[in-house]
Amino acid sequence: MASLAPTFGRGAMTNTWQDIKNANLVIVMGGNAAEAHPCGFKWVIEAKIENAAKLIVVDPRFTRTASVADYYAPIRPGSDIAFLSGVIRYLLEKDQIQHEYVRAYTNASLIVKDGYGFEDGLFSGYDHEKGQYDKSSWDYELDEQGFAKVDDTWENPRCVMNLLKTHVSRYTPEMVSRITGTPQDKFLHICEMIAETAAPDKAMTSLFALGWTQHSVGSQNIRTMAMVQLLLGNIGIAGGGMNALRGHSNIQGLTDVGLLSNLMPGYMTLAADHEVTFDDYMKTRLFKPLRPGQTSYWQNYKKFFVSFQKSIYGDAATAENNWAYDWLPKLDIPLYDVIKAFEMMNQGEMTGYICQGFNPQQAFPDRGKIRRGLSKLKFLVTMDPLDTETSRFWEDFGPQNPAVSADIQTEVFQLPTTCFAEENGSLVNSARWLQWHWKAAEPPGDAKSDIWIMSGIFHRMRELYRKEGGAFPDPILNLTWKYTDPTDPDPEELAKDMNGRARTDLKDATGAVVTKAGMLLDGFGQLRDDGTTESGCWIFSGCWTEKGNQMARRDASDPREQGIAPNWAWAWPANRRILYNRASADVAGNPWNPAKPVIQWNGTKWVGIDVPDYGPTVKPSDSVGPFIMNAEGVGRLFARDQMVEGPFPEHYEPLESPAINVLHPKVQSNPAVRVFADDRADFGKPSEFPYVATTYRLTEHFHFWTKHARINSILQPQEFVEIGEVLAHEKGIAQNSWVRVASKRGFVVCKAYVTKRIKPLIVDGNPTHVIGVPLHWGFTGQAKKGYGANTLTPSVGDANTQTPEFKAFLVNVESVNGPLV
Amino acid sequence: MSNLQSQDYIRISATTTTPPSARNFEDQVAKLIDVTRCIGCKACQAACMEWNNLRDEVGEFHGTYDNPLDLDPHTWTVMKFTEYEDDKGDLEWLIRKDGCMHCEDPGCLKACPAPGAIVQYANGIVDFISENCIGCGYCVKGCPFDIPRISEVDHKSYKCTLCSDRVAVSLEPACVKACPTGAIMFGSKKDMTDWAGDRIVDLKSRGFENAGLYDPPGVQGTHVMYVLHHADKPQIYAGLPENPKISATVEFWKGLIKPVALAGIAAAAISGFLHWVIAGPNEVQPEDEEEAKRVLKENNFPEDEGPHRAEHQT
Repeated sequence: MASLAPTFGRGAMTNTWQDIKNANLVIVMGGNAAEAHPCGFKWVIEAKIENAAKLIVVDPRFTRTASVADYYAPIRPGSDIAFLSGVIRYLLEKDQIQHEYVRAYTNASLIVKDGYGFEDGLFSGYDHEKGQYDKSSWDYELDEQGFAKVDDTWENPRCVMNLLKTHVSRYTPEMVSRITGTPQDKFLHICEMIAETAAPDKAMTSLFALGWTQHSVGSQNIRTMAMVQLLLGNIGIAGGGMNALRGHSNIQGLTDVGLLSNLMPGYMTLAADHEVTFDDYMKTRLFKPLRPGQTSYWQNYKKFFVSFQKSIYGDAATAENNWAYDWLPKLDIPLYDVIKAFEMMNQGEMTGYICQGFNPQQAFPDRGKIRRGLSKLKFLVTMDPLDTETSRFWEDFGPQNPAVSADIQTEVFQLPTTCFAEENGSLVNSARWLQWHWKAAEPPGDAKSDIWIMSGIFHRMRELYRKEGGAFPDPILNLTWKYTDPTDPDPEELAKDMNGRARTDLKDATGAVVTKAGMLLDGFGQLRDDGTTESGCWIFSGCWTEKGNQMARRDASDPREQGIAPNWAWAWPANRRILYNRASADVAGNPWNPAKPVIQWNGTKWVGIDVPDYGPTVKPSDSVGPFIMNAEGVGRLFARDQMVEGPFPEHYEPLESPAINVLHPKVQSNPAVRVFADDRADFGKPSEFPYVATTYRLTEHFHFWTKHARINSILQPQEFVEIGEVLAHEKGIAQNSWVRVASKRGFVVCKAYVTKRIKPLIVDGNPTHVIGVPLHWGFTGQAKKGYGANTLTPSVGDANTQTPEFKAFLVNVESVNGPLV
Repeated sequence: MSNLQSQDYIRISATTTTPPSARNFEDQVAKLIDVTRCIGCKACQAACMEWNNLRDEVGEFHGTYDNPLDLDPHTWTVMKFTEYEDDKGDLEWLIRKDGCMHCEDPGCLKACPAPGAIVQYANGIVDFISENCIGCGYCVKGCPFDIPRISEVDHKSYKCTLCSDRVAVSLEPACVKACPTGAIMFGSKKDMTDWAGDRIVDLKSRGFENAGLYDPPGVQGTHVMYVLHHADKPQIYAGLPENPKISATVEFWKGLIKPVALAGIAAAAISGFLHWVIAGPNEVQPEDEEEAKRVLKENNFPEDEGPHRAEHQT
């Protein structure tokens, strides 16, 4: 999300699952689609069989995805930016880019202002004291009207294309191999395969997941491939795209409805402390076009914002009180993420925790720190269908959870909830589809829906505020709550709230009523900033209209058999299945690939199998860019100030790494990363912890849920680590013997799987061993008891999102006797 | 698994009754397992457990992704993972779904002395009718693929039924239904063979020169077939036999002297049942094995190595 939005405008999978079958080349890197997304992976197989596609896998391990790949190359965990920057260098050097696309649809021609620079691992504007950048120099040179200056000839040394060339020039094949450990011949072979898709009628799709996000440079990992795809002209087209395969059912929905602490629904951003007034807030959210005539759709921000405020505060939000702006929380820091929350618990700054549908005791880094944090709480509320480790953190389960119950004063309220199969509702999948589902079974025992529980907490809190006043009761007392059963709103009612409705009769310019008061809206195009409309999540507007529940549609017909079934469920935004699909056609509006058109200009309007992601009657000659959310209308090779660590990606080592950053030893790791002092003290050194570890899922399990199910437990019963044959031989570790894997933060005792699928990599001349740590076990459930991979992982996150660095850290391993039975 | 009577038998163990032949419009069926598009997700194993109400114990890790480690009375299919390095040192991770091959010429059925314990339907499926099973273990001896497993609890032999109950009502086997990548397909033997041909063309174009269909002639073909990248080396797929055939000892007993032996076998079946009632299960004992070998030798028949017990590989 934090890399695709800065590049393309929206933080979501660009294409749709079925569309993968249109690819000529599938690259799986930063993910393991066959294992983690086995059902969706059918479309890769379909591409191979029906479209003669090739599959490339780049992964530290030879995975189950690699087992069906046409070409596999190993890579050291945490070095993907070096690999992909090398690919960019290759494409530019060989001039294998899609020129017309790059010129018209990316910011390659835009001129960057003086002051921007990059030297010895740092971009301009770095503040060593704060460990942050002043990003003001990372922007375009503007003309008198405020538009970015352009050089279509790419002769100006400060145009993005030339700055990019300079930036990636250091990533020679030799350098790539030195950093990544990928043999040069394999790297170059992959470059050749990728370069073939620069042809206008060839498409490569990038399938990735948490193998890229869970790094201290996670967002930039993804951005680098997004740039590769822009250079190849592979965005917006059938069989192309940056396809973020989500790790959780509905995790796309989580960010869509703004569950991150700095977001509001529909990717609007929460105000900062210094944005005292509504005017202050709106001043930085005007999104004035940076090129003449561009859509810059975020210019409608105020309509979305006001409609949201009307949705939650109703009549109480008025023009006079700035639509209740003052009732929204304001951020004093960029983000209250989970790592921050547990730091605060450990410091005694957070004493209560409502943990809804989340199991941080297993799912978050440094389990010891998580347990210590939970132990300092006054109260912990868990809401989950399963008996999670978090609910039982206080209980002594032996070495897997060595808690001293008598020393823990935390009061734990364990509330059993319904699971998805026991309630109606919608889930948003990776491809942005909102799919309605229906209750299949009654919940067991005392389980209650999350809605029922949250409503109960809300009513009791509001009652307390009513009776006792409190410091600031207005935001709670003024909330609207107009549901048939206020103690248990229907999912249907909530879905309609998200869609939005007219609050008064809506009239067009002539004064004629176009939408009657109370009617559900057809889409976000009808939202207004005068308080006459409401919508709880603008991007979802259109999901439940007067025509009914669009999410419940189940018509699988696919007019061109090209993987787009427009009447199956409903996709945000506006039921578009391939984002930026204007870019599937050339400047004149004709499809780049006539065999697989998405939309095209018929002389009067855009027509095709998908809803145009573009003004439906905007003429090609108007030169409106296809990336309508971006103020410049084009895709960003240069990300301006959208990323915290730089407008171009740069290779930085993981916080725990066996190697020196050979590009700039003084700037070893991400200079903009946030590390708490106690966490930094818990980082290990390669002298003590010489091996690189990486954590991951196995097909047989889903996170920490399915170990509660008998069949899944039969299929993968017990915790183990994967160790290459060479390292196992060196350390005297026998197949299926017991080992102790330790990081600076803790240790795991489990079985060893000695495998040919992990081989040592030569990194900067040194053999580097990788240890694989599958993550599914814990101390509750039906499978054998395990420690959990996160006993070992470091408490540090991506500099933009704070997603933990689960995929690259340091450990040691030794052979041990098995536990006493 | 049980006698559903919805399809005609063409073979019944230890019986000389002429099979019914009026319903002669039955297609020969086959399950095609395309090893080259299998991702080893084990959805087939889960589906098999769910449909057949099988639940093994939660076991242990064994130094491999094979779980459970092998077929057993509660596990009728299991993925076998093999890390294979070719001559050039390139690694392949071969994943083969193991289970009953449903031979056209079923060694288990031929070896079985219990009347009606093993049957073959007109569509080719070989099924165990468990209530007739005496747990003697002759089917294990007769199987060239080492598939049947005798329960130590109820002393019955178990294996994949090819979901004969589902197929009888025109549903595909549960594993086929569950497979997310279409690596397991089901249809008429002809259609499956034709489709395999297309797959082999594609595989050859990707550099697998020896890609081919595994439908071994030694058992007159099978109703479960594999598409293999390396059909010239089936044994690298966790010990898939190169040229499976029914053990000569079994052929000897069931073929050469069948008319003479039948009476004896029927008697053995009855006494076996009594033996089971009185003393527990009857199994193929080493002395039986020796006796058969002795008879073979005296009659100048070539001795074979017996059924291939697949060595566990990782």
